[in-house]
Amino acid sequence: MKIFGIKIPMMASLILWAIVWEIVGQLDLSILLPPFSHIIIRLFEIVPTATFFNAFWITAKCFMIGTAIAIIIGIPVGVLMGRSIIADRMLLPWVNMFLSAPLTALVPVLMTLFGFGTKTIILTTVLFAVWIIVLDARAGVKNITPSLVEMTKSFQANFWQAFTMVYVWAALPEILAGIRLGCIRSVKGVIIGQLLVSVVGFGRLFELYSSNFLMEHMWALLFVLFFFAFLIAEGLGILERKFEYYAASR
Amino acid sequence: MSVPAEAVFDAAPEIAVSVNDVTKIYPGGVEALNDMTIQFPKGELTSLLGPSGCGKTTLLKIIAGLLKPTSGTVTVNGIPVTGPGKERAFVFQDFALMPWASVLRNVAFGLELQGMAKSERHAIAEKYIDAVGLKGYENLYPHELSGGMRQRVGLARALAVNAEVLLMDEPFSAVDEQTRRKFQEDLLQVVADEQKTFIFVTHSIEEAVYVSQSIALLLPRPSRVSEIIRPDIRRDISPDAIRRDPVYLDIVERIWQGLRTYVE
Amino acid sequence: MSTFLKHPLTLRLLSVLIAAGFWEYLGRIPISPAFPTFLQTMSALGGMLADGSMVSVYPATFQPLLIGLIISSVFGIACGVLMGLNTKAEWFGAPLFIVLQSAPLAALIPLLTFAYGIGLTSKILTVCIMATPVIVLNAYSAVRHTPTSMIEMGQSYLGSNMQIIMKIIIPAASPVIYAGLRLGAAMGFIGAILAELLITPTGIGDLITYNQSIAEYDKMYAAIFSIMAFAVLFIEILERTEYMFFRPDKRVTQ
Repeated sequence: MKIFGIKIPMMASLILWAIVWEIVGQLDLSILLPPFSHIIIRLFEIVPTATFFNAFWITAKCFMIGTAIAIIIGIPVGVLMGRSIIADRMLLPWVNMFLSAPLTALVPVLMTLFGFGTKTIILTTVLFAVWIIVLDARAGVKNITPSLVEMTKSFQANFWQAFTMVYVWAALPEILAGIRLGCIRSVKGVIIGQLLVSVVGFGRLFELYSSNFLMEHMWALLFVLFFFAFLIAEGLGILERKFEYYAASR
Repeated sequence: MSVPAEAVFDAAPEIAVSVNDVTKIYPGGVEALNDMTIQFPKGELTSLLGPSGCGKTTLLKIIAGLLKPTSGTVTVNGIPVTGPGKERAFVFQDFALMPWASVLRNVAFGLELQGMAKSERHAIAEKYIDAVGLKGYENLYPHELSGGMRQRVGLARALAVNAEVLLMDEPFSAVDEQTRRKFQEDLLQVVADEQKTFIFVTHSIEEAVYVSQSIALLLPRPSRVSEIIRPDIRRDISPDAIRRDPVYLDIVERIWQGLRTYVE
Repeated sequence: MSTFLKHPLTLRLLSVLIAAGFWEYLGRIPISPAFPTFLQTMSALGGMLADGSMVSVYPATFQPLLIGLIISSVFGIACGVLMGLNTKAEWFGAPLFIVLQSAPLAALIPLLTFAYGIGLTSKILTVCIMATPVIVLNAYSAVRHTPTSMIEMGQSYLGSNMQIIMKIIIPAASPVIYAGLRLGAAMGFIGAILAELLITPTGIGDLITYNQSIAEYDKMYAAIFSIMAFAVLFIEILERTEYMFFRPDKRVTQ
């Protein structure tokens, strides 16, 4: 968008939204929305505290372990599905099902089996992230030019060589897209897991703030979460665009 | 700086489309056309031929009213062009067919946009579907047709609105070579039958020489009309004979000699 | 024989059998007293379907879900299409929804409960915040990426702006808009169940938590199984409606 011939970057509109928020907050229209400035002040108040740091650390840990597991499982399964018709036909219905199934319904199962702790949260994260990673890795491998596969075969590469030296790289753009989408889902999973488990990490803080009606604290916490979620998504987006040319030969 | 060549036709009676001093500079400063002047005689097929970057598609889109020239004017039958108009119809390089619509609806689409009643527009569409040789395919969808057949749908759509001027933007470039030849032969028939003015953008020398009454040779950097060629090849012999005719081959060769310095 | 073995249906059946067998095996070990076998779960499911205790809870789950999805779809598609057509709306709206799409909006649920209580409103809003961003962004990018030649075609045949939007842009965007609706519906289901587990136990969420609390694990698993199957079915039906209404070309080849 241009104003007076000067190009205003897209993200600048977020500032406008913040101003609108501040006005709505100052007018006291809804208890849901305290003034933006108050939230920012509260943000600097709670972030340095030890409780916050602990909660953040638990969340980050669960997120990283969960996402790592999802990637380690997801990519090989996806590549296998892309290369083997039998594996594809046997697994694809399940992947598609879990991609659209309400995974929140499974969290109570995880809680009865693994208790009210980080294990359940990590598994929730894996459950949210893994399917899209599988699906995108599969799509990436399916999109590899047949001549590239034939080239690999004509040089008598074994499966391991083909997997590590050709398939993963040729499918990298889609795999990275899958990882990015997986991470976005991971963030959602890690928060939903904590909301339901509600005795560790941010889940405990949510519980604490909402039972004491601390609206500003709550929003401050959410801002931190939204900020990191956005940072992860955008960072991976940049990485993805860097490797886009791997798909250029198709 | 070269002086833009004035397009003069020796025996051109009436002018359908006239492009006067048109300059087009894209946002960002790329100059696609520089002070272009050219006239298109009525009832003929004129090709715009040139290497990529000479602005031929830009010129066609300006004539169509899809792009606004930075300066200069285009007139059709003496009336200045301000936007797309009823007297012009466009045939797209990538066909621009609606995948969700049947052949019949695609061909009748121009008439549908004009608000013509269904039975009426379908009757007209049927006629032109027949004329381009697609009878029996009315209820198929574009993805069920070959590339050549899809462009026939695009041509039928342009004919159905009964415009005086048909603007064709590299219509056969996405069609395979064999289909293309057949299509070129059919196009000659359509030109003979329809009494319309055709402006035909192409980058194929053979195609231009084969289908055109006159060829405007465009050159890039700065874009200009370098020459107007009237390939007076015999039309009374068979298509295969034309392609072996020494006159035809000489003209192809002459154009290639003129263009080769502009090809990297 | 080998063609029979490789047939998609055979393989799908085989994979269901393997999964059910594996579940049965894990249940028989048992890996946990809280892990019923496949057969126990299925018989509980059959029992609950027969005595009506399962069917009776579905309306309660469905009410916030459907209202929420309808609101999100209408609002989301309208916003997305507007952003795709108008650069000012794009500048204003796109960044917000990009942030919301990547944000864990489930974290807003405690706030919603705080502001709107534990009733229907909170649950509807939960469904909305989960489903809307993806619907908006899909509609937006679909409209934004309509092939230029298609729009030029509409212009050159003198279509009015309204005609071009209704007859060209919307149908061309409909596959991606529908993909957004499917993803939105999936997120809506996640939100609806989350609301029932988190805000107040009603509907299928109540069935899950109640049976969990009295240690009737087979019934709990049956309830979870039914809602997951139901969600998948719902989204499948949604996909079919697209072919029926918007893409006759695909319906022919199906």
